Amino acid sequence: MDRFLFLTFDGLSRGAVYAAFALALVLIWRATRIVNFAQGAMAVATAYVAYSVSDATGSYWLGFIVALVAGLLLGAGVERVVMRFVDHSSPLNGVVVALGLVLIIQGVLGMIYGNEFRPATAPFSRDAFEIGGVALLSRYDLFVFAAVGAVVVLLTLLFTRTPTGLRMRAAAFAPDVSRLLGVPVGGMLTLGWALAAAVGSLAGMLVIPTELGLHPTAMDIVFISAFTAAVVGGLDSPIGSVLGGLMVGLLLSYISGYLGATVAPMAVLALLVVVLLSRPDGLFSRRAKARTA
Amino acid sequence: MSALLEVEGLTAGYGAAPVLHDVSLTVQPGEIVAVLGANGAGKSTLLRTLSGLLPASSGRITFDGQDLRGIRVERMVHHGLAHVPEGRGVVTELTVDENLRLGGLWRKPQPSLEPIYELFPRLAERRSHLGHQLSGGERQMLAIGRALAAQPRLLLLDEPSLGLAPKITAQIMALLRDLRDRTGLAVLLVEQNVRSALSIADQGVVLSLGRIVTRHDAATLVDDADLRHAYLGF
Repeated sequence: MDRFLFLTFDGLSRGAVYAAFALALVLIWRATRIVNFAQGAMAVATAYVAYSVSDATGSYWLGFIVALVAGLLLGAGVERVVMRFVDHSSPLNGVVVALGLVLIIQGVLGMIYGNEFRPATAPFSRDAFEIGGVALLSRYDLFVFAAVGAVVVLLTLLFTRTPTGLRMRAAAFAPDVSRLLGVPVGGMLTLGWALAAAVGSLAGMLVIPTELGLHPTAMDIVFISAFTAAVVGGLDSPIGSVLGGLMVGLLLSYISGYLGATVAPMAVLALLVVVLLSRPDGLFSRRAKARTA
Repeated sequence: MSALLEVEGLTAGYGAAPVLHDVSLTVQPGEIVAVLGANGAGKSTLLRTLSGLLPASSGRITFDGQDLRGIRVERMVHHGLAHVPEGRGVVTELTVDENLRLGGLWRKPQPSLEPIYELFPRLAERRSHLGHQLSGGERQMLAIGRALAAQPRLLLLDEPSLGLAPKITAQIMALLRDLRDRTGLAVLLVEQNVRSALSIADQGVVLSLGRIVTRHDAATLVDDADLRHAYLGF
Protein backbone atom coordinates (compact mmCIF):
# COMPACT_ATOMS: atom_id res chain seq x y z
CA MET A 1 0.00 0.00 0.00
CA ASP A 2 2.84 2.39 0.81
CA ARG A 3 4.41 1.57 -2.50
CA PHE A 4 1.10 2.22 -4.26
CA LEU A 5 0.77 5.62 -2.57
CA PHE A 6 4.34 6.52 -3.42
CA LEU A 7 3.83 5.55 -7.07
CA THR A 8 0.58 7.50 -7.17
CA PHE A 9 2.17 10.73 -5.98
CA ASP A 10 5.19 10.20 -8.19
CA GLY A 11 2.87 9.60 -11.15
CA LEU A 12 0.84 12.72 -10.43
CA SER A 13 4.01 14.79 -10.28
CA ARG A 14 5.23 13.49 -13.65
CA GLY A 15 1.69 13.72 -14.95
CA ALA A 16 1.49 17.40 -14.03
CA VAL A 17 4.44 18.06 -16.34
CA TYR A 18 2.87 16.00 -19.13
CA ALA A 19 -0.35 17.92 -18.55
CA ALA A 20 1.39 21.25 -19.05
CA PHE A 21 3.20 20.01 -22.13
CA ALA A 22 0.01 18.47 -23.55
CA LEU A 23 -1.84 21.72 -22.84
CA ALA A 24 0.72 23.56 -24.96
CA LEU A 25 0.17 21.07 -27.80
CA VAL A 26 -3.60 21.51 -27.53
CA LEU A 27 -3.36 25.31 -27.60
CA ILE A 28 -1.57 25.16 -30.94
CA TRP A 29 -3.71 22.37 -32.33
CA ARG A 30 -6.89 24.32 -31.57
CA ALA A 31 -5.60 27.45 -33.22
CA THR A 32 -3.85 25.99 -36.27
CA ARG A 33 -4.71 22.28 -36.64
CA ILE A 34 -0.98 21.58 -36.43
CA VAL A 35 0.52 19.16 -33.92
CA ASN A 36 3.67 21.02 -32.99
CA PHE A 37 6.17 18.19 -33.08
CA ALA A 38 8.91 20.80 -32.58
CA GLN A 39 7.62 21.70 -29.13
CA GLY A 40 10.05 19.42 -27.30
CA ALA A 41 13.06 20.74 -29.19
CA MET A 42 11.85 24.33 -28.67
CA ALA A 43 11.52 23.71 -24.94
CA VAL A 44 15.02 22.21 -24.77
CA ALA A 45 16.44 25.21 -26.63
CA THR A 46 14.98 27.60 -24.07
CA ALA A 47 16.20 25.35 -21.24
CA TYR A 48 19.76 25.62 -22.59
CA VAL A 49 19.41 29.40 -22.64
CA ALA A 50 18.10 29.28 -19.07
CA TYR A 51 20.98 27.17 -17.81
CA SER A 52 23.49 29.44 -19.58
CA VAL A 53 21.95 32.38 -17.75
CA SER A 54 21.87 30.50 -14.46
CA ASP A 55 25.52 29.44 -14.89
CA ALA A 56 26.60 32.98 -15.64
CA THR A 57 24.60 34.65 -12.87
CA GLY A 58 24.38 31.92 -10.26
CA SER A 59 20.64 32.46 -10.04
CA TYR A 60 18.33 29.56 -10.89
CA TRP A 61 15.29 31.82 -10.83
CA LEU A 62 16.72 34.33 -13.27
CA GLY A 63 17.32 31.42 -15.64
CA PHE A 64 13.80 30.14 -15.00
CA ILE A 65 12.27 33.48 -15.95
CA VAL A 66 14.55 33.73 -18.97
CA ALA A 67 13.33 30.30 -20.11
CA LEU A 68 9.69 31.47 -20.05
CA VAL A 69 10.48 34.72 -21.85
CA ALA A 70 12.63 32.86 -24.40
CA GLY A 71 9.69 30.48 -24.89
CA LEU A 72 7.35 33.40 -25.64
CA LEU A 73 9.82 34.85 -28.14
CA LEU A 74 10.70 31.54 -29.76
CA GLY A 75 7.03 30.59 -30.12
CA ALA A 76 6.16 33.96 -31.66
CA GLY A 77 9.20 33.71 -33.94
CA VAL A 78 8.38 30.19 -35.13
CA GLU A 79 4.82 31.27 -35.96
CA ARG A 80 5.82 34.51 -37.70
CA VAL A 81 8.81 33.23 -39.61
CA VAL A 82 7.92 29.61 -40.37
CA MET A 83 4.43 28.35 -39.57
CA ARG A 84 2.57 31.31 -41.07
CA PHE A 85 3.86 30.27 -44.48
CA VAL A 86 2.94 26.60 -44.25
CA ASP A 87 0.46 25.62 -46.94
CA HIS A 88 -2.56 24.18 -45.16
CA SER A 89 -3.93 22.27 -48.16
CA SER A 90 -2.54 19.06 -46.67
CA PRO A 91 -2.44 18.45 -42.91
CA LEU A 92 0.91 16.70 -43.38
CA ASN A 93 2.65 19.92 -44.42
CA GLY A 94 2.63 21.36 -40.92
CA VAL A 95 3.88 18.08 -39.47
CA VAL A 96 6.77 17.87 -41.92
CA VAL A 97 7.77 21.48 -41.29
CA ALA A 98 7.63 20.90 -37.51
CA LEU A 99 9.79 17.78 -37.84
CA GLY A 100 12.25 19.82 -39.93
CA LEU A 101 12.37 22.37 -37.12
CA VAL A 102 13.23 19.58 -34.68
CA LEU A 103 16.24 18.57 -36.78
CA ILE A 104 17.40 22.17 -37.13
CA ILE A 105 16.99 23.05 -33.45
CA GLN A 106 18.61 19.83 -32.22
CA GLY A 107 21.46 20.25 -34.71
CA VAL A 108 22.12 23.84 -33.70
CA LEU A 109 21.97 22.96 -29.99
CA GLY A 110 24.44 20.13 -30.57
CA MET A 111 26.81 22.50 -32.38
CA ILE A 112 26.66 25.13 -29.64
CA TYR A 113 26.45 23.04 -26.48
CA GLY A 114 27.68 19.60 -27.56
CA ASN A 115 25.78 16.34 -27.71
CA GLU A 116 26.44 15.17 -24.18
CA PHE A 117 24.21 15.25 -21.14
CA ARG A 118 24.77 18.20 -18.85
CA PRO A 119 23.60 17.99 -15.29
CA ALA A 120 20.55 20.13 -14.60
CA THR A 121 19.94 21.16 -11.02
CA ALA A 122 16.55 21.42 -9.41
CA PRO A 123 15.75 24.53 -7.37
CA PHE A 124 14.35 22.48 -4.50
CA SER A 125 15.27 19.22 -2.85
CA ARG A 126 13.99 16.15 -4.63
CA ASP A 127 14.19 14.10 -1.45
CA ALA A 128 10.73 13.11 -0.39
CA PHE A 129 9.69 14.03 3.09
CA GLU A 130 7.73 11.54 5.09
CA ILE A 131 4.02 11.88 5.75
CA GLY A 132 2.79 9.38 8.32
CA GLY A 133 5.94 7.31 7.95
CA VAL A 134 5.70 7.08 4.15
CA ALA A 135 7.98 9.06 1.84
CA LEU A 136 5.57 10.55 -0.65
CA LEU A 137 6.38 14.02 -1.86
CA SER A 138 9.45 16.16 -2.28
CA ARG A 139 9.61 19.92 -2.15
CA TYR A 140 10.31 19.76 -5.84
CA ASP A 141 7.07 17.83 -6.46
CA LEU A 142 5.15 20.55 -4.63
CA PHE A 143 6.88 23.15 -6.79
CA VAL A 144 5.83 21.22 -9.92
CA PHE A 145 2.20 21.02 -8.77
CA ALA A 146 2.14 24.72 -7.90
CA ALA A 147 3.73 25.81 -11.17
CA VAL A 148 1.47 23.66 -13.37
CA GLY A 149 -1.58 24.56 -11.30
CA ALA A 150 -0.80 28.26 -11.67
CA VAL A 151 -0.44 27.91 -15.44
CA VAL A 152 -3.74 26.06 -15.75
CA VAL A 153 -5.55 28.66 -13.63
CA LEU A 154 -3.97 31.61 -15.45
CA LEU A 155 -4.73 30.20 -18.89
CA THR A 156 -8.30 29.41 -17.85
CA LEU A 157 -8.78 32.97 -16.62
CA LEU A 158 -7.18 34.35 -19.78
CA PHE A 159 -9.42 32.34 -22.10
CA THR A 160 -12.70 32.65 -20.21
CA ARG A 161 -12.50 36.05 -18.53
CA THR A 162 -10.62 38.44 -20.81
CA PRO A 163 -11.40 40.07 -24.16
CA THR A 164 -8.08 38.80 -25.52
CA GLY A 165 -9.01 35.25 -24.54
CA LEU A 166 -12.36 35.59 -26.31
CA ARG A 167 -10.55 36.89 -29.39
CA MET A 168 -8.12 33.98 -29.28
CA ARG A 169 -10.88 31.40 -29.01
CA ALA A 170 -12.92 33.01 -31.80
CA ALA A 171 -9.85 33.27 -34.04
CA ALA A 172 -9.12 29.58 -33.48
CA PHE A 173 -12.67 28.38 -34.11
CA ALA A 174 -13.68 30.67 -36.98
CA PRO A 175 -10.84 32.73 -38.44
CA ASP A 176 -12.69 34.32 -41.37
CA VAL A 177 -15.73 35.31 -39.33
CA SER A 178 -13.46 36.66 -36.60
CA ARG A 179 -11.63 38.87 -39.06
CA LEU A 180 -14.97 40.26 -40.25
CA LEU A 181 -15.72 41.12 -36.61
CA GLY A 182 -12.46 43.01 -36.26
CA VAL A 183 -10.33 40.35 -34.57
CA PRO A 184 -6.67 40.56 -35.66
CA VAL A 185 -6.44 36.83 -36.32
CA GLY A 186 -2.77 36.84 -37.28
CA GLY A 187 -1.83 38.55 -34.03
CA MET A 188 -3.92 36.07 -32.04
CA LEU A 189 -2.10 33.16 -33.73
CA THR A 190 1.26 34.65 -32.84
CA LEU A 191 0.12 35.16 -29.26
CA GLY A 192 -1.17 31.58 -29.11
CA TRP A 193 2.14 30.17 -30.31
CA ALA A 194 4.03 32.39 -27.88
CA LEU A 195 1.93 31.27 -24.91
CA ALA A 196 2.06 27.62 -25.92
CA ALA A 197 5.82 27.67 -26.34
CA ALA A 198 6.23 29.38 -22.95
CA VAL A 199 4.10 26.66 -21.33
CA GLY A 200 6.25 24.10 -23.14
CA SER A 201 9.37 25.78 -21.79
CA LEU A 202 7.94 25.65 -18.29
CA ALA A 203 7.27 21.92 -18.69
CA GLY A 204 10.82 21.45 -19.95
CA MET A 205 12.32 23.35 -17.03
CA LEU A 206 10.25 21.23 -14.64
CA VAL A 207 11.02 17.84 -16.14
CA ILE A 208 14.66 18.09 -17.24
CA PRO A 209 16.12 18.05 -13.69
CA THR A 210 14.13 14.88 -12.96
CA GLU A 211 15.53 12.99 -15.96
CA LEU A 212 19.06 12.45 -17.25
CA GLY A 213 19.77 16.15 -17.62
CA LEU A 214 20.14 18.62 -20.44
CA HIS A 215 20.65 17.18 -23.92
CA PRO A 216 19.36 18.31 -27.35
CA THR A 217 17.01 15.31 -27.37
CA ALA A 218 16.12 15.53 -23.68
CA MET A 219 12.42 16.15 -24.36
CA ASP A 220 11.86 13.44 -26.99
CA ILE A 221 10.46 10.85 -24.61
CA VAL A 222 8.52 13.51 -22.70
CA PHE A 223 7.06 14.65 -25.98
CA ILE A 224 5.73 11.17 -26.74
CA SER A 225 4.10 10.93 -23.30
CA ALA A 226 2.62 14.41 -23.57
CA PHE A 227 1.41 13.82 -27.11
CA THR A 228 -0.29 10.65 -25.89
CA ALA A 229 -1.83 12.67 -23.07
CA ALA A 230 -3.14 15.24 -25.54
CA VAL A 231 -4.63 12.52 -27.76
CA VAL A 232 -6.18 10.81 -24.74
CA GLY A 233 -7.72 14.17 -23.88
CA GLY A 234 -9.03 14.64 -27.39
CA LEU A 235 -6.48 17.18 -28.75
CA ASP A 236 -9.20 19.85 -28.79
CA SER A 237 -9.85 19.97 -25.08
CA PRO A 238 -7.60 21.87 -22.66
CA ILE A 239 -9.24 20.14 -19.69
CA GLY A 240 -8.88 16.82 -21.46
CA SER A 241 -5.18 17.41 -21.97
CA VAL A 242 -4.66 18.11 -18.28
CA LEU A 243 -6.60 14.99 -17.25
CA GLY A 244 -4.83 13.00 -19.96
CA GLY A 245 -1.47 14.19 -18.66
CA LEU A 246 -2.25 13.06 -15.14
CA MET A 247 -3.52 9.72 -16.43
CA VAL A 248 -0.41 9.07 -18.50
CA GLY A 249 1.78 10.08 -15.56
CA LEU A 250 0.00 7.63 -13.28
CA LEU A 251 0.11 4.85 -15.84
CA LEU A 252 3.84 5.32 -16.42
CA SER A 253 4.51 5.40 -12.70
CA TYR A 254 2.55 2.21 -11.94
CA ILE A 255 4.10 0.36 -14.86
CA SER A 256 7.64 1.47 -14.01
CA GLY A 257 7.03 0.59 -10.38
CA TYR A 258 5.37 -2.79 -10.79
CA LEU A 259 6.66 -4.05 -14.15
CA GLY A 260 9.96 -2.26 -14.59
CA ALA A 261 11.09 1.05 -16.07
CA THR A 262 12.00 -0.46 -19.43
CA VAL A 263 8.39 -1.39 -20.17
CA ALA A 264 7.08 2.14 -19.58
CA PRO A 265 7.85 3.73 -22.98
CA MET A 266 6.18 0.80 -24.72
CA ALA A 267 3.14 1.15 -22.47
CA VAL A 268 2.78 4.79 -23.54
CA LEU A 269 2.86 3.83 -27.20
CA ALA A 270 0.40 1.01 -26.56
CA LEU A 271 -1.98 3.45 -24.88
CA LEU A 272 -1.63 5.84 -27.82
CA VAL A 273 -2.49 3.08 -30.28
CA VAL A 274 -5.44 1.84 -28.23
CA VAL A 275 -6.91 5.33 -27.87
CA LEU A 276 -6.43 6.14 -31.54
CA LEU A 277 -8.09 2.89 -32.56
CA SER A 278 -10.99 2.91 -30.12
CA ARG A 279 -11.68 6.56 -29.29
CA PRO A 280 -9.84 8.71 -31.86
CA ASP A 281 -11.66 11.81 -30.56
CA GLY A 282 -10.23 11.22 -27.12
CA LEU A 283 -11.76 9.95 -23.92
CA PHE A 284 -13.28 13.28 -22.90
CA SER A 285 -14.66 14.60 -26.16
CA ARG A 286 -18.30 15.38 -25.53
CA ARG A 287 -18.30 17.94 -28.28
CA ALA A 288 -17.05 15.75 -31.08
CA LYS A 289 -20.54 15.15 -32.44
CA ALA A 290 -21.81 18.68 -32.05
CA ARG A 291 -18.91 20.05 -34.07
CA THR A 292 -19.86 18.32 -37.24
CA ALA A 293 -23.53 19.24 -36.96
CA MET B 1 -26.07 63.79 -50.52
CA SER B 2 -22.92 61.82 -51.26
CA ALA B 3 -23.14 58.07 -51.49
CA LEU B 4 -22.12 55.96 -48.50
CA LEU B 5 -20.76 53.17 -50.69
CA GLU B 6 -19.64 53.67 -54.24
CA VAL B 7 -18.43 50.75 -56.31
CA GLU B 8 -17.03 51.44 -59.77
CA GLY B 9 -15.91 48.94 -62.40
CA LEU B 10 -15.21 46.22 -59.85
CA THR B 11 -13.66 43.02 -61.19
CA ALA B 12 -12.79 40.23 -58.79
CA GLY B 13 -12.83 36.48 -58.35
CA TYR B 14 -10.98 33.41 -57.21
CA GLY B 15 -7.54 32.91 -58.73
CA ALA B 16 -7.15 33.92 -62.34
CA ALA B 17 -10.81 33.52 -63.34
CA PRO B 18 -12.89 36.58 -62.49
CA VAL B 19 -16.39 36.04 -61.11
CA LEU B 20 -17.40 39.70 -61.09
CA HIS B 21 -17.04 41.81 -64.21
CA ASP B 22 -17.10 45.59 -64.15
CA VAL B 23 -19.67 45.90 -61.37
CA SER B 24 -20.78 49.39 -60.36
CA LEU B 25 -23.34 50.33 -57.74
CA THR B 26 -24.01 52.87 -55.03
CA VAL B 27 -25.66 52.70 -51.63
CA GLN B 28 -26.91 55.92 -50.04
CA PRO B 29 -26.98 56.42 -46.29
CA GLY B 30 -30.13 54.81 -44.90
CA GLU B 31 -30.83 52.97 -48.13
CA ILE B 32 -31.57 49.25 -48.53
CA VAL B 33 -30.21 47.89 -51.78
CA ALA B 34 -31.09 44.34 -52.76
CA VAL B 35 -28.63 42.38 -54.88
CA LEU B 36 -30.62 39.71 -56.69
CA GLY B 37 -29.71 36.93 -59.04
CA ALA B 38 -29.47 33.19 -59.47
CA ASN B 39 -27.14 30.87 -57.65
CA GLY B 40 -23.62 31.48 -58.89
CA ALA B 41 -24.34 34.97 -60.20
CA GLY B 42 -21.56 36.40 -58.03
CA LYS B 43 -23.65 37.89 -55.23
CA SER B 44 -21.60 36.46 -52.37
CA THR B 45 -18.38 37.18 -54.25
CA LEU B 46 -19.44 40.82 -54.42
CA LEU B 47 -19.89 41.03 -50.63
CA ARG B 48 -16.66 39.13 -49.97
CA THR B 49 -14.77 41.54 -52.20
CA LEU B 50 -16.32 44.60 -50.55
CA SER B 51 -15.28 43.43 -47.08
CA GLY B 52 -11.79 42.52 -48.24
CA LEU B 53 -12.01 38.73 -47.90
CA LEU B 54 -11.27 38.55 -51.63
CA PRO B 55 -8.91 40.92 -53.41
CA ALA B 56 -10.31 43.01 -56.26
CA SER B 57 -8.32 42.81 -59.46
CA SER B 58 -9.54 46.18 -60.69
CA GLY B 59 -12.09 48.87 -59.95
CA ARG B 60 -12.76 51.20 -57.05
CA ILE B 61 -14.55 50.77 -53.74
CA THR B 62 -15.21 54.03 -51.94
CA PHE B 63 -16.86 54.05 -48.53
CA ASP B 64 -17.75 57.41 -47.03
CA GLY B 65 -15.21 59.06 -49.32
CA GLN B 66 -12.43 56.66 -48.41
CA ASP B 67 -10.82 54.08 -50.68
CA LEU B 68 -11.48 50.68 -49.13
CA ARG B 69 -9.22 48.61 -51.35
CA GLY B 70 -6.10 47.51 -49.52
CA ILE B 71 -7.68 47.91 -46.09
CA ARG B 72 -7.35 44.70 -44.10
CA VAL B 73 -10.50 42.70 -43.38
CA GLU B 74 -10.17 43.10 -39.62
CA ARG B 75 -10.10 46.91 -40.00
CA MET B 76 -13.37 47.10 -41.95
CA VAL B 77 -15.56 47.25 -38.83
CA HIS B 78 -13.53 50.25 -37.68
CA HIS B 79 -14.68 52.06 -40.81
CA GLY B 80 -18.35 51.22 -40.18
CA LEU B 81 -18.77 48.22 -42.46
CA ALA B 82 -20.19 44.99 -41.05
CA HIS B 83 -20.48 41.80 -43.10
CA VAL B 84 -22.76 38.93 -42.08
CA PRO B 85 -21.51 36.09 -44.25
CA GLU B 86 -23.57 33.39 -45.92
CA GLY B 87 -24.32 30.58 -43.49
CA ARG B 88 -24.33 33.29 -40.79
CA GLY B 89 -20.92 32.62 -39.29
CA VAL B 90 -22.12 32.11 -35.74
CA VAL B 91 -19.15 30.75 -33.81
CA THR B 92 -20.85 27.54 -32.73
CA GLU B 93 -18.35 26.79 -29.93
CA LEU B 94 -19.04 30.12 -28.20
CA THR B 95 -22.15 31.15 -26.27
CA VAL B 96 -24.72 33.61 -27.54
CA ASP B 97 -23.33 36.22 -25.17
CA GLU B 98 -19.74 35.61 -26.26
CA ASN B 99 -20.72 35.86 -29.92
CA LEU B 100 -22.44 39.18 -29.29
CA ARG B 101 -19.55 40.52 -27.23
CA LEU B 102 -17.20 39.61 -30.04
CA GLY B 103 -19.09 41.95 -32.35
CA GLY B 104 -18.38 45.02 -30.22
CA LEU B 105 -15.03 43.95 -28.81
CA TRP B 106 -12.98 46.32 -30.90
CA ARG B 107 -14.87 49.36 -29.60
CA LYS B 108 -13.46 51.28 -26.64
CA PRO B 109 -15.28 51.31 -24.30
CA GLN B 110 -17.13 48.13 -25.16
CA PRO B 111 -20.78 48.80 -25.93
CA SER B 112 -23.58 47.46 -23.76
CA LEU B 113 -25.32 44.46 -25.31
CA GLU B 114 -28.66 45.32 -23.72
CA PRO B 115 -30.00 47.19 -26.78
CA ILE B 116 -29.26 44.10 -28.89
CA TYR B 117 -31.03 41.87 -26.38
CA GLU B 118 -34.02 44.24 -26.43
CA LEU B 119 -34.09 43.95 -30.19
CA PHE B 120 -33.89 40.14 -30.00
CA PRO B 121 -35.63 39.01 -26.78
CA ARG B 122 -35.20 35.42 -27.96
CA LEU B 123 -31.42 35.80 -27.73
CA ALA B 124 -31.69 37.26 -24.25
CA GLU B 125 -33.44 34.05 -23.17
CA ARG B 126 -30.62 31.98 -24.61
CA ARG B 127 -27.63 34.09 -23.53
CA SER B 128 -25.59 31.22 -22.16
CA HIS B 129 -26.47 28.66 -24.83
CA LEU B 130 -23.75 27.59 -27.24
CA GLY B 131 -24.05 28.61 -30.87
CA HIS B 132 -24.64 25.08 -32.06
CA GLN B 133 -27.68 24.75 -29.78
CA LEU B 134 -29.56 27.50 -31.64
CA SER B 135 -32.14 27.10 -34.38
CA GLY B 136 -31.51 28.53 -37.84
CA GLY B 137 -33.61 31.61 -37.16
CA GLU B 138 -31.89 32.23 -33.84
CA ARG B 139 -28.51 31.93 -35.50
CA GLN B 140 -29.51 34.49 -38.10
CA MET B 141 -30.71 36.85 -35.36
CA LEU B 142 -27.44 36.29 -33.51
CA ALA B 143 -25.36 36.99 -36.61
CA ILE B 144 -27.28 40.21 -37.31
CA GLY B 145 -27.25 41.23 -33.65
CA ARG B 146 -23.52 40.63 -33.49
CA ALA B 147 -22.97 42.79 -36.57
CA LEU B 148 -25.10 45.52 -35.00
CA ALA B 149 -22.99 45.43 -31.81
CA ALA B 150 -20.27 47.05 -33.93
CA GLN B 151 -22.69 49.93 -34.61
CA PRO B 152 -22.01 49.90 -38.35
CA ARG B 153 -23.23 52.37 -40.95
CA LEU B 154 -23.48 49.74 -43.67
CA LEU B 155 -24.56 46.15 -43.18
CA LEU B 156 -23.56 43.61 -45.84
CA LEU B 157 -26.04 40.78 -45.42
CA ASP B 158 -25.62 37.53 -47.33
CA GLU B 159 -28.77 35.39 -47.82
CA PRO B 160 -30.40 36.01 -44.44
CA SER B 161 -33.45 33.96 -45.49
CA LEU B 162 -31.41 30.83 -46.31
CA GLY B 163 -33.00 27.81 -44.67
CA LEU B 164 -35.51 29.85 -42.67
CA ALA B 165 -39.26 29.46 -42.49
CA PRO B 166 -41.16 32.21 -44.36
CA LYS B 167 -42.51 33.60 -41.08
CA ILE B 168 -39.01 34.00 -39.62
CA THR B 169 -37.75 35.50 -42.87
CA ALA B 170 -40.56 38.05 -42.76
CA GLN B 171 -39.66 38.93 -39.15
CA ILE B 172 -36.05 39.50 -40.08
CA MET B 173 -36.95 41.64 -43.10
CA ALA B 174 -39.31 43.74 -40.96
CA LEU B 175 -36.56 44.16 -38.41
CA LEU B 176 -34.11 45.39 -41.05
CA ARG B 177 -36.57 47.95 -42.32
CA ASP B 178 -37.30 49.08 -38.79
CA LEU B 179 -33.58 49.45 -38.05
CA ARG B 180 -33.08 51.47 -41.18
CA ASP B 181 -35.98 53.75 -40.29
CA ARG B 182 -34.84 54.28 -36.70
CA THR B 183 -31.06 54.41 -37.04
CA GLY B 184 -30.35 55.26 -40.65
CA LEU B 185 -28.49 51.99 -41.15
CA ALA B 186 -27.78 51.24 -44.81
CA VAL B 187 -28.07 47.63 -45.95
CA LEU B 188 -26.66 45.85 -48.98
CA LEU B 189 -28.85 42.76 -49.01
CA VAL B 190 -27.94 39.73 -51.08
CA GLU B 191 -30.92 37.44 -51.56
CA GLN B 192 -32.24 34.62 -53.71
CA ASN B 193 -35.60 35.17 -52.09
CA VAL B 194 -36.53 38.00 -54.46
CA ARG B 195 -39.98 38.80 -53.11
CA SER B 196 -38.97 39.24 -49.51
CA ALA B 197 -35.86 41.20 -50.43
CA LEU B 198 -37.82 43.60 -52.63
CA SER B 199 -40.48 43.96 -49.93
CA ILE B 200 -38.07 46.09 -47.91
CA ALA B 201 -35.51 47.31 -50.48
CA ASP B 202 -35.36 50.79 -51.99
CA GLN B 203 -33.27 49.69 -54.95
CA GLY B 204 -32.85 46.34 -56.67
CA VAL B 205 -29.77 45.32 -58.60
CA VAL B 206 -29.80 42.12 -60.65
CA LEU B 207 -26.55 40.23 -61.16
CA SER B 208 -26.19 37.58 -63.82
CA LEU B 209 -22.96 35.70 -64.47
CA GLY B 210 -21.05 38.36 -62.58
CA ARG B 211 -22.40 41.37 -64.42
CA ILE B 212 -25.10 43.84 -63.43
CA VAL B 213 -27.89 43.37 -65.96
CA THR B 214 -30.43 45.77 -64.55
CA ARG B 215 -30.95 48.23 -61.73
CA HIS B 216 -34.23 49.82 -60.72
CA ASP B 217 -36.30 51.11 -57.86
CA ALA B 218 -37.57 48.13 -55.95
CA ALA B 219 -41.16 49.18 -56.61
CA THR B 220 -40.54 49.31 -60.36
CA LEU B 221 -38.98 45.85 -60.34
CA VAL B 222 -41.97 44.43 -58.52
CA ASP B 223 -44.62 46.22 -60.57
CA ASP B 224 -43.23 45.90 -64.09
CA ALA B 225 -44.20 42.50 -65.40
CA ASP B 226 -41.69 42.58 -68.27
CA LEU B 227 -38.77 43.32 -65.95
CA ARG B 228 -39.91 40.64 -63.56
CA HIS B 229 -40.15 38.02 -66.29
CA ALA B 230 -36.88 39.01 -67.91
CA TYR B 231 -34.69 39.19 -64.83
CA LEU B 232 -36.37 37.70 -61.82
CA GLY B 233 -38.26 34.76 -63.28
CA PHE B 234 -41.68 35.33 -61.73
